[in-house]
Amino acid sequence: MAVEGDRSSGTEVDESRRSRILGALSGADGRRGVAIAVLSTIVFVVLVGVVIANSPGWPAVHAGFFSWHYFKGSLPEIARAFLLNCKIFLIAECLILPFALLIAVLRSLPGPVFFPLRALAIIYADFFRGVPTILVIFILATGVPGLGIAGVPTSVVFWGIVALVLIYSAYVSEVYRAGIDSVHPSQEAAARSLGLTRGQTLRKVILPQAIRRVIPPLLNDFIGLQKDTALVGTVGAIEAFNQTQITSDATFNFTSYLAAALLFVAITIPLARLTDWLIARDRRRRQASGAFA
Amino acid sequence: MSAAPALEIEGLRKSFGKNVVLDGIDLSIGEHEVTCLIGSSGSGKSTLLRCINLLEPVDAGRIAVGGDEITRRGVNVDRVRRRIGIVFQAFNLFPHMSVLENVTLAPRLALKQDRRSAEEHAHTLLDRFGLSDKVGAYPDHLSGGQQQRVAIVRALAMRPRLMLLDEVTSALDPELVGEVLDVIGELAAGGMTMVIATHEMGFARDIATRVCFLDGGVILEQGPPAQMFGSPREPRTQQFLQRIIAAHRL
Repeated sequence: MAVEGDRSSGTEVDESRRSRILGALSGADGRRGVAIAVLSTIVFVVLVGVVIANSPGWPAVHAGFFSWHYFKGSLPEIARAFLLNCKIFLIAECLILPFALLIAVLRSLPGPVFFPLRALAIIYADFFRGVPTILVIFILATGVPGLGIAGVPTSVVFWGIVALVLIYSAYVSEVYRAGIDSVHPSQEAAARSLGLTRGQTLRKVILPQAIRRVIPPLLNDFIGLQKDTALVGTVGAIEAFNQTQITSDATFNFTSYLAAALLFVAITIPLARLTDWLIARDRRRRQASGAFA
Repeated sequence: MSAAPALEIEGLRKSFGKNVVLDGIDLSIGEHEVTCLIGSSGSGKSTLLRCINLLEPVDAGRIAVGGDEITRRGVNVDRVRRRIGIVFQAFNLFPHMSVLENVTLAPRLALKQDRRSAEEHAHTLLDRFGLSDKVGAYPDHLSGGQQQRVAIVRALAMRPRLMLLDEVTSALDPELVGEVLDVIGELAAGGMTMVIATHEMGFARDIATRVCFLDGGVILEQGPPAQMFGSPREPRTQQFLQRIIAAHRL
């Protein structure tokens, strides 16, 4: 890889990003900009703090939502319940990635022969992007076990995962499809001209390039999925959100909601940072190679 | 060995919608011949090459390679393409693979060669065309001339009996054209049968055993380069060559 090219254009990008966030210029102006940004942030935080602390309901809200006592007390059991969110997330993701890829590949098959498969993939993606997630979870987790068919799982977690896989595969398949469409047709022509079959061309030439390009938007959908695991709590699974409700019902204190929110954020914010970092790296790479061409 | 021509084309027609691009091409090329296709942009040179490699379905006519008709119904297009190499104007290397992977991909997948023999062959070819220090490089980090030479090696790795070159120097900076033309010259000297669509008239004059002038979807005139460039019969050919000379391209 062109290390020098990468590095020089990389720092430029980083710097322009930083200055965009700080609203400042570079050099001496930059240092002044940082000082102003720090000062204005402090003023802002203090102002908001003063307004909130002086509001008439603050003592009650403080006791109800920001009790250190209840935070310490509820965190362990909510964290334990949060493991179920992580489990649902991981299992669903492992199923979504290949399933969505299959849908996307079906949708990109050319020619009239494959019309039925293409149509099926389109109907699937349209339908499951159109219905609310919570509705699908409800219908599957309460409806299917209600049928009482022998051998069919009755676990709400199982059906919650199925619902999330169905919904998110529809979204993720669209992400994959955008990636597949972004690979220039000349790549396929080159591969086929060498005698590679359609399947080999897809596997070795089209998909590796397509997937590389869509990793950032894929991660974006991961973040959404991690949050939506809380919806499985609505049908009775004892995950973090449901545990929070149980705890707050027992203690008449809402601090446990804060604990649950912090747990989710502890996972999703690193994911969001990783996504941004990957996007920036991708842009750097493109600029590095663009400079060469 | 076989008396059949390396490439034989009869009555080839191809349209894109209402736009007739090839309107009855007849051409017969012997083994070891180097045929240059010349003609203005849009005269159908590229389309003809893409039809020979079955990248474009033909509307009518037949194409035979080594006496074997490849335009008949039910032909295995992948098997046909393994015997015919094509190199494109825009290189079309696989950007996510190193030079070595680009060159060995098709021999390993399509010819089922094991990694070692595929890589050995690749190294030999890359060596021969001065690319041995670029084996591990990625296409983005090569110059246009290097990329095009890799693309030629990638096609050669399939041991084709016929090479099609589609304006392979048109996307290159002028100073990089020479290195690619040298490679093609070496292939010609080695006896490779080639059909070359080109705007490099000087190159065509030097390397071709036959020059075909495409105009209006047909081969209007063909002959040895000395005759084609020295005393073309057809007024259209004369006009075309005069324009080329006026543009200092010959």
